[in-house]
Amino acid sequence: MAKARVLIRPKEGILDPQGKAVERALPALGFEGIEHVHVGRMVELEAEDPERLAELCEKLLANPLIEDYEIQTL
Amino acid sequence: MIWGVLQFPGSCDERDALHACTLAGGEARLVWHEERDLDGIDAIVVPGGFSYGDYLRAGAIARFSPAMEAVAEFAADGGPVLGICNGFQVLCEAGLLPGALLLNEHMRFTCRQVQLIAPRVHLTAPEHGQLNARRDQLGGEALSIPAKHGEGRYWAPDEVLDGLEAKGQVAYRYAPGQNPNGSARDIAGVRNEAGNVLGLMPHPEHAVDPLTGSTDGLRVFEAVAAAGAPA
Repeated sequence: MAKARVLIRPKEGILDPQGKAVERALPALGFEGIEHVHVGRMVELEAEDPERLAELCEKLLANPLIEDYEIQTL
Repeated sequence: MIWGVLQFPGSCDERDALHACTLAGGEARLVWHEERDLDGIDAIVVPGGFSYGDYLRAGAIARFSPAMEAVAEFAADGGPVLGICNGFQVLCEAGLLPGALLLNEHMRFTCRQVQLIAPRVHLTAPEHGQLNARRDQLGGEALSIPAKHGEGRYWAPDEVLDGLEAKGQVAYRYAPGQNPNGSARDIAGVRNEAGNVLGLMPHPEHAVDPLTGSTDGLRVFEAVAAAGAPA
């Protein structure tokens, strides 16, 4: 089994209210100078056939219309 | 006229949908998510709720249920399908409707009565092989229906939105100033190109009795019934 990690994030240009909310909260906590915050998801899995992970992402883990994904095999 | 109302683990509006279907005319029965057999059903409602807990993304898992596979075939054969709220999300995830529903712009669950406009659509003769539609700029039918959702911000790429407007596929818009979630171009509901699959975020099944203030929701069901009445 191959370990893999899939990172899923909102596509650029689509409003990401979670990222915005985190970004806006930072100055109040003393974290200045942080911008372009985006919040996504991470899925960890083990796969017999890592070749099929892209298909898995396209079909289920991400919605390719609104999200980008990145597969990291570990 | 026989309605089938899907029921997933986590659905919560299927009983109101059943009630609305019978008020609109005909009989209605629940279709459990593991059922594949839609024989004898004239129209399908995919109801609101939180199918399979809405894990991963709203509607993402429901789309692979046996019942939804049957609904995809039913829709491909021209059968009328109405998706409400979570049902709309499921239909988008299944690719039966264009676009996607994202987290509300203000990140809060919204629950309130909203005013909708159903744009009048003028379909003109095909021109250069393309169906030409024009939205009546003077407005359309107005409906007052409750909305309750956390992920109802309709989004699609600009070229898709342009296409929806050009082909008369925008079924419902929030009235000016009523957009509760930041939906693109105030879109509250869309239909597919063939016109037999309709999805909207607000809940027509909750607006069918004068007791709760508005019966405008019945008109949504009646329109679907008109499309699904056996010849």
